[in-house]
Amino acid sequence: MEAEAAKYIGAGIACFGMAGAAIGVANIFGNFLSGALRNPSAAPSQFGNLIFGFAVTEALGIFSFLVALILLFVV
Amino acid sequence: MAGTDPIHQFVIEDMFPLFTVGGDGTEGSGVHFAFTNSSLFMVLTVAAISLFLILTTGGKKVIPGRMQLLSELTYEFVAGMVRSSAGKEGMKFFPLVFSLFTFIFVANMWGMIPYFFTVTSHIIITFALSMLVFLTVIVYGFYKNGPKFMKLFVPAGVPGYILPIVTPIEIISFLSRPISLSVRLFGNILAGHITLKVFTGFIVTMSSLGFLGILGSALPLIMGVALTGLEFLVGAVQAYVFAVLTCMYLNDAIHPSH
Repeated sequence: MEAEAAKYIGAGIACFGMAGAAIGVANIFGNFLSGALRNPSAAPSQFGNLIFGFAVTEALGIFSFLVALILLFVV
Repeated sequence: MAGTDPIHQFVIEDMFPLFTVGGDGTEGSGVHFAFTNSSLFMVLTVAAISLFLILTTGGKKVIPGRMQLLSELTYEFVAGMVRSSAGKEGMKFFPLVFSLFTFIFVANMWGMIPYFFTVTSHIIITFALSMLVFLTVIVYGFYKNGPKFMKLFVPAGVPGYILPIVTPIEIISFLSRPISLSVRLFGNILAGHITLKVFTGFIVTMSSLGFLGILGSALPLIMGVALTGLEFLVGAVQAYVFAVLTCMYLNDAIHPSH
């Protein structure tokens, strides 16, 4: 196999990591919604935690995107 | 190709070449110093923050006007963040956290204007910022607690036979902090701006297909508008996350035993 082809395949495989980040982000927002619907008065106070958890989880998807970018443009 | 290449927006260009250290005089040798577009936008960021704070708090009225209220809200927002995650003692690091937050926030907002350079889309900038936090934590941790700072790696309440596993994990997670902190900010901004460029590029590609293409190009246009909104959110959230994590790391330096 040519190195160029392996690079593109690798970049594609690296994007599988985003599936994990998608599950994580969905978990956070889903759990927040179910909690917020049970106790709507407490929901606004947890908004900071929601955004924080979202950003920390989303970063892992960004890492896999970064691996794909490095494979495409740097290696 | 320069117009459609999604990476082209991150190119650093010399504006005023200053001088070159070392090298043999040929192109690209030695260490080149110049005032670049990156430096220009860092200057613009700091100038915008300083002007805003000086102009809005210059009057110092007891009953604040709209603009003074805005800067007081910014102050209270960051101060509340520091107090809640690092405690009262953390307030001595308030200037650091406030500078980091406003710098990243305003740099991200400058970057959202078309054809403007985004300072935080370069890993060396974000890595320098996160190393600043990391070294502050280490230096202040050892200065305040002495060797007790090492307790950070030995969580309280963990049975002795698990410690040989837990301690290396704690050390690795501590050492990877500057990397995760910098890559999170850099990756979010880079990925967001590339996505924005690619999606808005579809508008041009589709509308060159004729009448139906022009009608269809409304779809990527709507998507582009929505993504622009999302990027404003991401820019603000990443500045917030960077500041909150800084507070948490500083909290480790102030109270090392978990």
